[in-house]
Amino acid sequence: MDWNVIPDNLGFLLKGLGVTLRLALIAMVLSFALGIIAGIARLARRPWVHLPAVLYIELVRGVPLIMVIFWFYFFIPIITGRPMDNFGSALIAFVVFEGAYMAEIVRAGIQSVPRGQVDAALSTNLTTPQMMRYVILPQALRNMLPSLVTQFIVLFKDTSLAYIIGVIELTRAASIVSQREIRPFELYVFIAMAYWVFAFGLSRLSRLLENRLSHRV
Amino acid sequence: MVQGVAATLKLSGLAWLQALVIGLLVGALRTLPWRFLRAIGTVYVEFFRNIPLLVHLFFWYFAAPEVLPQAFREWLVEHGVEFWSAVLGLGVYSGARFGEVFRAGIQAVPRALLEASASTGLSTAQDLLKNSSLALTIGVAELTFMTRQVESYTARGLEAVAAGTLIYLVLCLVVAALMGRVERRLAIPGLIARGLSPEG
Repeated sequence: MDWNVIPDNLGFLLKGLGVTLRLALIAMVLSFALGIIAGIARLARRPWVHLPAVLYIELVRGVPLIMVIFWFYFFIPIITGRPMDNFGSALIAFVVFEGAYMAEIVRAGIQSVPRGQVDAALSTNLTTPQMMRYVILPQALRNMLPSLVTQFIVLFKDTSLAYIIGVIELTRAASIVSQREIRPFELYVFIAMAYWVFAFGLSRLSRLLENRLSHRV
Repeated sequence: MVQGVAATLKLSGLAWLQALVIGLLVGALRTLPWRFLRAIGTVYVEFFRNIPLLVHLFFWYFAAPEVLPQAFREWLVEHGVEFWSAVLGLGVYSGARFGEVFRAGIQAVPRALLEASASTGLSTAQDLLKNSSLALTIGVAELTFMTRQVESYTARGLEAVAAGTLIYLVLCLVVAALMGRVERRLAIPGLIARGLSPEG
């Protein structure tokens, strides 16, 4: 075993880690935004708002992420008529896929806000969007935080799947180095540790947040 | 593609069994009164849960055989190392997640929740089914792999991917329906139907 292969290629591996983190962060923000829209839409009473949201959420959640990644990788060039870079196509796939899971978190968060809050908000003559914005969502967000962080950890780990369409993120970077240097053991142990440090750190952070928020109630 | 479906099911089934055994063991360990045994369970769960599944598969396929003796490695290659690496990777990873489900089940008050957790443990089977799609990366000819294969033979990417997706959807719905039946059978009358959360 020769662990020198790690420091020798550290620059390339760190670049991969950078792509992984960027992909995870951008996808997190955008999929959360999509999740809020789809989550609220699912709670709507009007069927033409409610049904598309249900269809989107249930369809995406029944399919493996890897299929969604392939979909966008093949479909976007067909629809737009020009090739798209791997990173962009992976990003769109992640946003669409995680958006469905975020939507369920948002829905659960909103439903956890006591019904009396809605009545109180409506009785002070707030419109429905105002009520959502100023009364329901802030409280729902607090209840959602632990699940959101968990979902972010899942998303962070899932970015390794961008490997499959050739995005040079951490896993792809490691496999490239491993093929060149023929040192699979060292490299895969190294990236396993790298993923672990981030994911475990995030899960501790979520525990911390949880404790702090539950004190305030 | 039928071959792919069979491989997907076989893979998910075997990995599910392995994960069930590991999960029961780890979950039970984490509820024991001895600190040392509890720590082993916790380390297992925290260690395996926080590493991407894909990295697990690569590790078991590319890296782990390296430390084995040469003769054993050759034997492995002859006997379909891709498939068993995939089963091992999926099982070890899902075992950590099942472990958490069982722990919650054992710790929560009486039998009612143990049974509820059994049914959640089963619905993670759906995740396992979908996760088995990653086995394509190490060359197991499961459904996603076959989809790609069909696509490169016929150059009809759209149709192949659409068919693959549809099959996954159907499989997931079937698993969900089966688990729903299990859940209803194990349910304490009235508890699930009223939609009560475990805490009441």
